[in-house]
Amino acid sequence: MGISKLLIANRGEIAVRIIRAAREMGIRTVQVYSAADANSLAVEMADEAVEIGPPPAAKSYLNIDAVLTAAKQTGADAVHPGYGFLAENADFADAVEGVGMAFVGPSGDMIRSMGDKASARKAAQLANVPTVPGSDGIIDDLDAANVLAAEIGFPVMIKATAGGGGRGIRVAENAEEFARLAPQAAAEAKSAFGDGGLYLEKLIAKARHIEVQILGDGTHFVHCFERECSLQRRRQKVWEEGPSIALSEVVREKLCSSAVELAASVKYRGAGTVEYLYDDESGDFYFIEMNTRIQVEHPVTEAITGIDLVTEMIAIAGGAPLSIAQSDIELRGHAIEVRINAEDPANNFMPFPGIVSDFRTPGGPGVRFDHILYDGYPIPPFYDSLVGKLIVHGHTREAAIARLARAITELKTGSLKTTAPLFAALARDADVQAGHFHTKWLEPWLDENAHTLSDDEGAKR
Amino acid sequence: MATSEIRSPLPGVFYRSPSPEEPNYKEVGDAVKAGDVIGLVEVMKTYTEVKAESDGTITSFAVENEDAIMPGQVLAKMET
Repeated sequence: MGISKLLIANRGEIAVRIIRAAREMGIRTVQVYSAADANSLAVEMADEAVEIGPPPAAKSYLNIDAVLTAAKQTGADAVHPGYGFLAENADFADAVEGVGMAFVGPSGDMIRSMGDKASARKAAQLANVPTVPGSDGIIDDLDAANVLAAEIGFPVMIKATAGGGGRGIRVAENAEEFARLAPQAAAEAKSAFGDGGLYLEKLIAKARHIEVQILGDGTHFVHCFERECSLQRRRQKVWEEGPSIALSEVVREKLCSSAVELAASVKYRGAGTVEYLYDDESGDFYFIEMNTRIQVEHPVTEAITGIDLVTEMIAIAGGAPLSIAQSDIELRGHAIEVRINAEDPANNFMPFPGIVSDFRTPGGPGVRFDHILYDGYPIPPFYDSLVGKLIVHGHTREAAIARLARAITELKTGSLKTTAPLFAALARDADVQAGHFHTKWLEPWLDENAHTLSDDEGAKR
Repeated sequence: MATSEIRSPLPGVFYRSPSPEEPNYKEVGDAVKAGDVIGLVEVMKTYTEVKAESDGTITSFAVENEDAIMPGQVLAKMET
């Protein structure tokens, strides 16, 4: 079959990225946009563009009916959801397929099954992928909870089954604390959600976030090695790299194979990411979740493997088999991606929906800059602050860091403040250079150093 | 009695309640004290509280829940 006209149900840099892939494949593009994005690069670049609503995402990019109407009007035969917005909305995937179009991603049922924490964990266990030690189901009996907590090993996280987004999580450091906190958690969950069920999970204090990129066509499944995304602020990744400096060849092989086994066991179709926590001290890794979409940091993988992930996922959605076998995929050098956000790093990362001026892009060998910027462009205040991604590739990690430090000095956005100075400073940091970090490393570092991240710091070096 | 206006310090999306499941911070006719939160402005997924600057009574809201707003735009009017 193949796809001839692709609607992009997203915005920002990922919309630009998808348009580029489609154009190289000879596929026409339709960009939907909110009233706030009429002047965006994606709208300018697409073959056609359709306004679908007012600025707030709830009334435009999240409006399934408006997106589908635009798709039907323009005769699109496929929809790419990007990341965020409707990308992991199973009902949207079903609705797209329901009107006879291809959804660039897995089926609604797959999204549902992987999006549910308990069923994803079960799927991982069936595929022999290690999961974070914890309760397999809901615990209502506090005596049983005490016994299980001791088995899991402290510190233990107590979570409300019906909670979410970090709400109602307590950490018990030992059995006495657990005995005190668990009844509180159950009572609170009962009053807040009407459901006093709890589940328990081992807290891994100094973990790295390592994730494996996978591709599947429903029959064949490959991994494209791992990315490490341990540098995070408020659970948001800011710096991603691959391969991970922490893994031995043996562990890398085990980790990546486990992701392929999970993909194969659920007959995965599309691009996906299997996320793990990695415990440096024990060398153990634990499945946390699977993301059934293309991820922000996918260019890291593209740099180190040479695979065009977006092209690959569009081809798979069009019915093509995987174009590569595992034996074709080699790891070459080291890549780092940093997220250029319209935020003021010296002022507690306040959102900075300013206007781009005096714009200069980084370039030269081993540098890729995916972005939505042009001179005079006012960053809309309504959406994510991500305005660009700087990706550098070198023969070694050391070379990639040197290249990042060089490239970041070339980026200029005039009066628009961005997180670029953060990356100039991180590239100079001894712990970062040595790869000595974990998911809780960056925030204390920022407490000490954020005030020094002034505008021109990047430009001086 | 004088009329005063509560303006948004930021561009973004205006919300009248802390979350969709919760009631509005304030309704027309409610008495407010200086410093009371009357709504939220979401800028790039960051939420900032909008507060009344004086005591009074809310007489109207100038924008709807989830409307896009610009800096300096009037959000609500009050009698002080």
